[in-house]
Amino acid sequence: MVYFEMAKTVVKSLINGPSTIRYPAEPAKEYPISRGHVTIDPARCISCGMCMRKCPADAICVRRDEKLWEIDLFKCHVCNCCVEVCPVHCLTMDTDYRPAFSKHDGVKVVKITYVKPEKKKPVKKPAEEKSEE
Amino acid sequence: MSKKIVVPFGPQHPVLPEPLHLDLVVEDEKVKEAIPGVGYIHRGLETLVQKREYPEYVYIAERICGICSFIHGMTYCQGVETMMNVEVPERAEFLRVIWSEYSRMHSHLLWLGLFADSMGFENLFMDAWRLREHVLDDMEATTGGRVIQGSAKVGGVRRDISSEKLDEMVTGLEGIRGELKDMMDVFLLDSSVKSRLRNIGMLSPEDAYELGAVGPTLRGSSVASDVRMNGYAAYDRLHFEPVVEDGCDCYARCAVRAKELFSSIDLIKEAAQKIPDGPIEVKVTGKPEGEYFSRAEQPRGEVIHYVKGNGTKKLARHRVRTPTMANIPPLVKMLEGCEFADVPVITLTIDPCIGCLER
Repeated sequence: MVYFEMAKTVVKSLINGPSTIRYPAEPAKEYPISRGHVTIDPARCISCGMCMRKCPADAICVRRDEKLWEIDLFKCHVCNCCVEVCPVHCLTMDTDYRPAFSKHDGVKVVKITYVKPEKKKPVKKPAEEKSEE
Repeated sequence: MSKKIVVPFGPQHPVLPEPLHLDLVVEDEKVKEAIPGVGYIHRGLETLVQKREYPEYVYIAERICGICSFIHGMTYCQGVETMMNVEVPERAEFLRVIWSEYSRMHSHLLWLGLFADSMGFENLFMDAWRLREHVLDDMEATTGGRVIQGSAKVGGVRRDISSEKLDEMVTGLEGIRGELKDMMDVFLLDSSVKSRLRNIGMLSPEDAYELGAVGPTLRGSSVASDVRMNGYAAYDRLHFEPVVEDGCDCYARCAVRAKELFSSIDLIKEAAQKIPDGPIEVKVTGKPEGEYFSRAEQPRGEVIHYVKGNGTKKLARHRVRTPTMANIPPLVKMLEGCEFADVPVITLTIDPCIGCLER
């Protein structure tokens, strides 16, 4: 039987400083690829709606008519999927975790400046239509 | 004259963060019978496979469990990839091994801490969780998430690790090896820990095999069975030996987990040396059709993801058999005839994860 096996660790703990970070006096650890929250650059968004279609949590909504990009921060589970699919790279992942909310006001609305025009349907000539018929 | 009484254990109990409920039939401080009750946190994740497209479902598969989330996602991806005949790049397979082993270290250190706490050894609990922080930091630095990694993808992995970072990770793990050794000596040699774990929760090798135990519960009963021996991902290109103990008691199961930590460090080190250059993912197109049983070794044991495609973007069926499900019958066997005070310790040795169990 071995006694006082913990003594080495106890002595080490007495000599060394604390192992924990003294938050908030010291900032929390962050890494360049940490997933905190999604941010958007409204000037570059082309309102293609790819982020809305690919979002697994249905947290993003792009309203072309009103030139709005919306994210429900309560639904978003920060998977980085929208950032990966964005064709113009206007979405980025910020490393800061989003702040806590006391009530459900987590919907963040961003006004986007450019709206992609809808594709015009090719107008068929009356002669072609007749021939098809 | 003694009288039989039924004592409820859980679903809320200071020892277990998991909502496992046990009805213990107790007579004279001895447990005569244990009746498990589950069904408190069912979330219906398996049905969601019919509503989400198969590449999107990886996010849901990862959220089955918070501790082995990467391995759940990876096993699901393996199933879909095999069904669709997708050849995963070699670098992606090595990266999957590295993150799987990091998950295993994270889970085992978490479990060792909780186990020490259940014995009343709080100092050891804090020591284990202090070391776990190193592992979590490395995981966050490489995947971007501490708990949900989100790195598995059908056709490969989402993120790459640079060779400098790999060297740094291996150096860091070698640095904590000494500290781990000190902590393991307390777990495996200290008299107070031994007196609490030796000859408690006995499970004979025959019982373990017949009742279908998996993972450290099975290997603690001297049965050398580990899915990593099958060589999924890149395990066939690495030297791997399963850790087996023949004590058949709580101490043996604790020792298996403790020694697996060192085996994980060795595997990560070897994988970091052998990792080839190249792409980390392939583009997957088409719609899955067929069915496949995908198996992998989680920290708690063998997990099975059964996937069935029907030629559309959405899978027809997804079924998960988690290690906790397999370990509940052996747990009932272990609890028969034990002291009432040993119930928390014995229950923890199978490392129950009710989030996994009920999906």
